[in-house]
Amino acid sequence: MKPILEVKNIHKHYANHVALKDISLIVEPQKIFGLLGPNGAGKTSLIRIINQITGPDSGEVLFNGERLSPKHVDYIGYLPEERGLYKKMSVGEQVMYLAQLKGLKKADAKAKLQHWFKKFEIENWWDKKIEELSKGMQQKIQFIVTVLHEPKLLILDEPFSGFDPINAQLIKSEILELRDKGATIIFSTHNMGSVEELCDNIALINKAEKLLDGSVKDIRKNYKSDTFDISFRGNLVGFINALWAGAELLDKKSDDDVHSVTVKMLRQNKPNDLLQAVLNHAEILSFQEIVPSMNDIFIAVVENKTTLNTQSNFTE
Amino acid sequence: MNKLFLIIQREYFSRVKKKSFLIMTILGPLLMAGLMIVPVWLAMRDQTEHQILVLDHSGLFIDKLPNTEQIKFTYGAESIQTAKAKLKDGPFDLIMEIKGDAINDSKTTPVLYYKKQPGINVEQYITNTMENILFDYRLQGDSIDLNKIDKARRPVEILTLKVTEEGKDEKTNTEINMAIGFGCAIAIYFMIFLYGSQVMRGVIEEKTNRIVEVIVSSVKPFQLMLGKIIGVALVGLTQFILWIVLTLFISTAVNTFLFKDQIADTMKHNSQIEKVMKDDLTAGVDKMEKINSPNEVIDLFNNFNTINISKILVCFAFYFLFGYLLYAALFAAVGSAVDSEADTQQFILPVTIPLIASFIIAQSVVTDPDSSMAQFFSIFPLTSPIVMMVRLPFDVPGWELALSMFCLIVGFLFFTWIAGKIYRTGILMYGKKTSWRELGKWLFYKG
Repeated sequence: MKPILEVKNIHKHYANHVALKDISLIVEPQKIFGLLGPNGAGKTSLIRIINQITGPDSGEVLFNGERLSPKHVDYIGYLPEERGLYKKMSVGEQVMYLAQLKGLKKADAKAKLQHWFKKFEIENWWDKKIEELSKGMQQKIQFIVTVLHEPKLLILDEPFSGFDPINAQLIKSEILELRDKGATIIFSTHNMGSVEELCDNIALINKAEKLLDGSVKDIRKNYKSDTFDISFRGNLVGFINALWAGAELLDKKSDDDVHSVTVKMLRQNKPNDLLQAVLNHAEILSFQEIVPSMNDIFIAVVENKTTLNTQSNFTE
Repeated sequence: MNKLFLIIQREYFSRVKKKSFLIMTILGPLLMAGLMIVPVWLAMRDQTEHQILVLDHSGLFIDKLPNTEQIKFTYGAESIQTAKAKLKDGPFDLIMEIKGDAINDSKTTPVLYYKKQPGINVEQYITNTMENILFDYRLQGDSIDLNKIDKARRPVEILTLKVTEEGKDEKTNTEINMAIGFGCAIAIYFMIFLYGSQVMRGVIEEKTNRIVEVIVSSVKPFQLMLGKIIGVALVGLTQFILWIVLTLFISTAVNTFLFKDQIADTMKHNSQIEKVMKDDLTAGVDKMEKINSPNEVIDLFNNFNTINISKILVCFAFYFLFGYLLYAALFAAVGSAVDSEADTQQFILPVTIPLIASFIIAQSVVTDPDSSMAQFFSIFPLTSPIVMMVRLPFDVPGWELALSMFCLIVGFLFFTWIAGKIYRTGILMYGKKTSWRELGKWLFYKG
């Protein structure tokens, strides 16, 4: 499928620091794309370029194969990390205003808003002033405003920050529903739990550079380290002896005669080889491969890169 | 264009619907009407009558101090002690004692006793009249003819006449010119301050609300800035018109109810003027005769013709509009560079200095409207909206006016462009104190 968004060799610098260094990304349609990175990595700079709030120093962005231009603004919905509303304005006036700014006709906007207000059960908020609403309530309004014009591309910057768990769940299911209806979602966060749950593909940015990208499945597979959790009943010493050269013991825990160990396969050994070796010494209760979480990968990649950087600084 | 209109619409209605707008709209004319009415009212009210008992031992002033509506002199010969008793029980509230040698010995000053301190003008009146009497007395002592002195002291009144292009003489009146020019300049000055800072506050509000990033993902930052500036301008215009209408309404109402007699007098006066003017017309009196007519109100009518009221109005509208637009853009840039209103001080000063300076310059321009300083500042775009308005009634050459207007338009475009660049970057910068150097760098960021 043709990518909905292509970022090609984007460079962006501000007065005294580089915000983005040669960033390229491909976002496929109808997927949820996670843009990951620690604070200050350059995520928001990149998002602002995609939203045409700022421009890149060099490089280009293609939307549906066309070079990004002002007409694309109406196809993109953006929920910034720093978000707010006019406090003194009523909810109804405000959402109508923002909807029309996104190019919706008045009647059209009204019909769509009624649909969303019904869906979120907030119809009686229409005449309230924003300052009368709680922060969570305001965020519901912000979310509605972002998705109201049915954007093809939805960009959510830290969408769950400030949401209580119930609202976060509501927004999560809305995001999935929107994807199923055909929207593509770019989703910037450092909350890795939600990444595993939602994202199909990710890109990891740190210090203005892209360190990693691909599908969540592949990345986790690549970062697997052939380690397994085994719990068993029986003789621990005999079990360890049986491992011998086939696998390395990383960790062990014992509770009466039930033992839990973490082992790492050595050489080309397969899990079955290991099981065969230990079966005579123990009664296996569970056997599970450890797949690294995105959180682990995130930390590993970012820290690894940092150490590499300091080393190279040293040699300079 | 449609989006710009939406922004203007929001900026306009969100302000006009505010309670503070309503309050200001009503309070403004009340204050203005108050400014016009209260002095008149005070002047009318302050008519305390003073009964002054004069104990003149020199005899020079007896029956010579002229009474006025408020100050009545009575002359007595009793001792000061008995007189002071009268001060206690009335009818006198002031006693003046003039010693016998007061005429020749300047060290012997007259003494004014009071129960309640009289106003400064009462004291002044007494001093002045006494001085005049003494003056005359001393001259007579030197046997100088008083009539000759009077003749010699005839005051001079200058009739200023302008020779028009057609070679005719026209009467001009410097005071009225000054008043009109200054009135317009003050109006422009206040409106720029009032609504310029409204623009600034609007920008800060959007920034602190964090709504600005949502909006600039739909419209260009420049559109947002422009929409705000135009929206606020329309608010200002609405308020201005309402103020004028309400002020006229209130002052007419108050005048009719409070100052009925005065109005009646004025009406009579007006009808006289009308009659005189009609006579002028029917008799086909030539211009010179009309000018020499003693009726000042007719002079005023003539003056309006020479000042060319429509030219003033057009220029006022122009300088008002572009002066506001230029400064509002600068105010918007200041608003975008800070995080809260408390931080504006650092940047607001350079914006307000030319504004305040032009007001100070305007005062010296009045005394010499064609000086090179007046010429320069009435063409320089940051000061021209105010300085040119003051100069305008003194017949500015056409080319200077055209150049000034041209410079203002260019200045407006230039400063709006600069402000737009600062604004674009500033609105997305949070939590960092901005320095002047940084502001400079923002100018060169790529869109």
